Amino acid sequence: MSTQWVAIQMQVNGERREVRVPPMKRLLDVLREDLHLTGTKEGCGEGECGSCSVQMNGELVNSCLVPVLQAADTAIETVEGLAHDGKLNPLQEAFLRCGGAQCGICTPGMLMAATHLLERNPQPSVAEIREGLAGNLCRCTGFIRIFESVVAAAAESRTREAPHAG
Amino acid sequence: MRGNADAQELIAPGSLDAVLNLMANEPGTWTPIAGGTELMVAHAAGNLGAKKLVSLWGIKDLRHVEAQKASVTIGAGATFMDLRQTRVIGEDFPLLSTAASWIGSIANQSRATLGGNLVNGSPAADSSPALFAYDAEVELISVRGRRRIAYAEFHTGYKQNKLAADELLFAIHLPRRFGGHKQYLRKVGTRRAMAIAKVALGATVRIEGGAMREVRLGAASLAPFPTRLYRTEAALEGRALTAETICQARQALLEEARPIDDIRSTAEYRKRVAANLLEEFLRECRTGVEER
Amino acid sequence: MNTPAKTRIVGAPVARKEGVDKLTGRARYVDDMEREGMWYGATVRSTIPRGLIRSILFDRTVDWSEFAIVTAADVPGKNQIQMIVADQPCLADGMVNHCDEAILLLAHADKTKVRAAVDAVRVEYDPLPPVLTIEESERQKTVVWGKNNLLKSFLVKKGDVNGAWSRAAHVVEGEYRTGAQEHLYIENNGVIAECDAERGVTLWGSLQCPFYVHKSLMSVFDLPAEKVRVIQTETGGAFGGKEDYPSVIGSHAALLAMKSGHPVKMVYDRMEDLAATTKRHPSRVRHKTALDGEGRLLAMEIEVVTDGGAYSTLSSTVLSRATLHATGPYLCPNVRIRSRSWATNTVPYGAFRGFGAPQAIFAVERHMDEIAAAIGMDPVELRRRNFLRGGDTTATGQVMREPVILDRLLESALKESDYYAKRERFARENECSAVKRGMGISAFFHGSGFTGSGERYLNSLAGVDVTREGEVRVLVSSTEFGQGTNTVLTQIAAETLGIEYARLTMAPPDTKIVPNSGPTVASRTAMVVGRLIERASRQLLDVLRKDAGLGEQFSGEEFFAACERLRAKKGEVVSLCRYEAPPGIYWDDATYQGEAYPAFAWAVQVAQVAVDTTTYSAEVEEFWAVQEVGRVLHPVLAGGQIEGGVAQGIGYALYEKVQLANGHMANNQMTNYIMPTAEDVPPIHVYFEEMPYAHGGYGAKGLGELPHDGPAPAILNAIRDATGVSFHAIPLLPENLFERMAEKEPVAEGAAV
Repeated sequence: MSTQWVAIQMQVNGERREVRVPPMKRLLDVLREDLHLTGTKEGCGEGECGSCSVQMNGELVNSCLVPVLQAADTAIETVEGLAHDGKLNPLQEAFLRCGGAQCGICTPGMLMAATHLLERNPQPSVAEIREGLAGNLCRCTGFIRIFESVVAAAAESRTREAPHAG
Repeated sequence: MRGNADAQELIAPGSLDAVLNLMANEPGTWTPIAGGTELMVAHAAGNLGAKKLVSLWGIKDLRHVEAQKASVTIGAGATFMDLRQTRVIGEDFPLLSTAASWIGSIANQSRATLGGNLVNGSPAADSSPALFAYDAEVELISVRGRRRIAYAEFHTGYKQNKLAADELLFAIHLPRRFGGHKQYLRKVGTRRAMAIAKVALGATVRIEGGAMREVRLGAASLAPFPTRLYRTEAALEGRALTAETICQARQALLEEARPIDDIRSTAEYRKRVAANLLEEFLRECRTGVEER
Repeated sequence: MNTPAKTRIVGAPVARKEGVDKLTGRARYVDDMEREGMWYGATVRSTIPRGLIRSILFDRTVDWSEFAIVTAADVPGKNQIQMIVADQPCLADGMVNHCDEAILLLAHADKTKVRAAVDAVRVEYDPLPPVLTIEESERQKTVVWGKNNLLKSFLVKKGDVNGAWSRAAHVVEGEYRTGAQEHLYIENNGVIAECDAERGVTLWGSLQCPFYVHKSLMSVFDLPAEKVRVIQTETGGAFGGKEDYPSVIGSHAALLAMKSGHPVKMVYDRMEDLAATTKRHPSRVRHKTALDGEGRLLAMEIEVVTDGGAYSTLSSTVLSRATLHATGPYLCPNVRIRSRSWATNTVPYGAFRGFGAPQAIFAVERHMDEIAAAIGMDPVELRRRNFLRGGDTTATGQVMREPVILDRLLESALKESDYYAKRERFARENECSAVKRGMGISAFFHGSGFTGSGERYLNSLAGVDVTREGEVRVLVSSTEFGQGTNTVLTQIAAETLGIEYARLTMAPPDTKIVPNSGPTVASRTAMVVGRLIERASRQLLDVLRKDAGLGEQFSGEEFFAACERLRAKKGEVVSLCRYEAPPGIYWDDATYQGEAYPAFAWAVQVAQVAVDTTTYSAEVEEFWAVQEVGRVLHPVLAGGQIEGGVAQGIGYALYEKVQLANGHMANNQMTNYIMPTAEDVPPIHVYFEEMPYAHGGYGAKGLGELPHDGPAPAILNAIRDATGVSFHAIPLLPENLFERMAEKEPVAEGAAV
């Protein structure tokens, strides 16, 4: 028995998109298969590794655990929306400079989690960074240079925002 | 991914009334899904028995936190992130705020709901020990009306609870009377984050004239469902905080706890650590240190 | 000590070559790819550890005509995975020897249908008694492999061990055990295969060694080299878990492509990858050590035993490395090492960062602390007294011709960690604290590259070329999977050629395009392949100067102009070099004597550990890693490798347990196979001492595996320091600490007992 497919509208990285899919299809699969945005990855399918992290209406979610019906009429942000006109954003630049990405498979989710953190807490302590990224597993880096990348991005934004401050 | 999205029905009627009518008309047919952090994991593992799901996500009547004079009401659809970000929870019910921060990860907290955590009824549920410690009441709702029962009576067996086939968990009520109580919550997991509790203990007590009053102890993973430790509470009620009392309370807990060996831990470890947590709580009460 | 020559690109923190693609989501991993008309593959696996396949039943409710079905009978060539010993079947043929062994393959255009169809195939077995532990296999009462279960054995002898016991002032014995460990790369194993009569087999996949897979496919399909093509896709972590396993999944997908006439994608989900693919060999190592009155080693008798799983795959080479690292970085005049790898009916174990060394080093470095305690000596001083020094000989008779600076590494580690002051302070504070703290140390080497004559056997070929489009490419089959291959090799080429780093790219890791520069394993890439790129680049400049008028100094433009002049003459611009062994490498495979490794990397690590006696949990609070790895080619990449390896070593020691139930991994989900999260890893401090190695690329030695060798013993040594309790096995979980540390529960007065 095949379920009735539904039309779902979402805003994805600022663009209106519409798909026709089973309501229970995972948001992760809709992004990758229907919208061809393969930047978001599946590492575990159980909400443990965070490789599938995206922002949904400004909240960080594991897209492998979101049935697309519940993402209807929401604004989704994925890794593909971070760079502007092909230029890396400051967080991405920091990751590149500090070695925050090795094999790169956790990187999209890690960048979304870091983006979410910095949007709420522009100058996080290392403890706050650890907590903010605790749901994103990285097997390559041991996390150290990921923390450094986020610290560097935060420092850079502080300089940009207050260039004349002491 | 072992689940088949094409073999699942999922609807979102959008209002509480519509959901309740559906459940009244077809009792036992539709499984409610809130944030999906449990059901979608089962779906991905190919273990989701329920083929018809009704979404509670986005129903405003379920997602709220309201403070009244004598109590706080938390809608069953409130997420753990909602709880962390609501001031009255942090001030009046810090153990629940802490428990919310221990659920999974930020991404899990933004989707997992308090109601889902209770209805899923894992013996390791993160919110349960705090709710026991705070004498929570749960409110159940159906087309037939609403009823309240003590949370302590909600779970009846392994993944079994008092919800009737047409009922939803509507809200959780917490009495605002713990300001002067000693409070404690500690979870022991396999790591600092993203860990299912091997054992957890939540506790509140009022110290009056050197004696312990209104002792409430809630535990995770010491029984087939989240439990209050009634016998251990009885061993402490009205007693002074002496080394002897601590020893006897440990004994009572070791006898009352019924943990099992499973993939995460062993029964012996769980019992002993639970007793250690209880002792840690009691010692903190003695030295007046509150925070953990 | 050599000072590194001045360089502008090598040694500089240039941007990771493929970094932008990884940071923007543009990098294409195999599951991001699609081929036209692609089907999906799935595997029916054994549910018992050993037995005969009696029948295979197909549920009648499924229309099997829609599926491609493959069994062993469909294999056109040899039903064997080509590794060292070809004992592993591509598909089980009449018999299974481990749980989750592949029996039958299915493919269908619909991904969900093929997954559901796996559950609609029922295999019936006549079970046979399985062998599930090392001890059972050793007893040889049930033989499950070959004539006697023995996959491999080695015997290494130096001096005369037997004579030493009677003259020893101290004799200390110990037994140490390590468990299996899962790689947990965040990208699961996956491939896409195509098969047609004209082109043969083409495979894209997440893999480390394109030519290993190529060799195996040639044999499975009975095809000549030019009819098999293997292309590595962007690979999301490997750590050795994609060294030999891709030959298995690759053969499976290719067989389905052959049978179905469609491209077939096979990507495992996490549950399948955890249960069915390779892991680190479990081990049991026994030490018996004789020392003189001053704590100097007189004799070491060591028994190294590993569990190889059901098929030998890489067990012989893992055992080899374990054997050659068993004595630690110490001078000992009399040594006997007996090592054996035993077959059991479990999923075959394979390569994992360290490759036998973590097991051996865990044992010897724990044992050194046990010795120190037994003879009443500071464990640091015990090590210092016995360190190998330049000119000393190892257990295989290899003379340390390069300087050995373990003393300096040790001093640095002690200083940076404030080791002695902390030990003293913790000893005081522990008395009144529920949390006990301690410091632990480990010292070790890691042999760079293949053992003995291995590199000569590999006979690697690598180089550079310049395309018509003006691309300067590095030509290697060495792959990138996060450790920095792409960056380091293009750095070397750019530095040597004297052109900008940005002008260098990697040629696609495609067996049709690149030469075989050997497998990406054994920490050999920067050292061996880097050296080939260095030589090939210099060779190209020589040719350009000789035949194309390139001057001594030149600009980028002049370089490319000369290339075009060369192309006009020769038709192409390419420079390849073959491996040349450094002088004086002598190795006897039969007696295991000689130069075991061309070079060694050295390290001392220190762990600060806190043990909470309320929960019996141990956590690493801080960690220091001091190493000498030749020349550091890229400080950010090198530091990242050390940190990542240490984190995995911490997991190995305290978090990661493979729970087997009747030979099947019961905890095959990320929720219950536990690796440390961002909240669990401690600050990790990394320090490099540089001593360029003459025969490595720009002086580099291997460094990728070194950092995983030391954390486990350092951590358990710290736990001993903190609690006074000696633990001899990893993973060491709170439940294990509880068993040994928890005092008897006090009985209250008047309480019912």
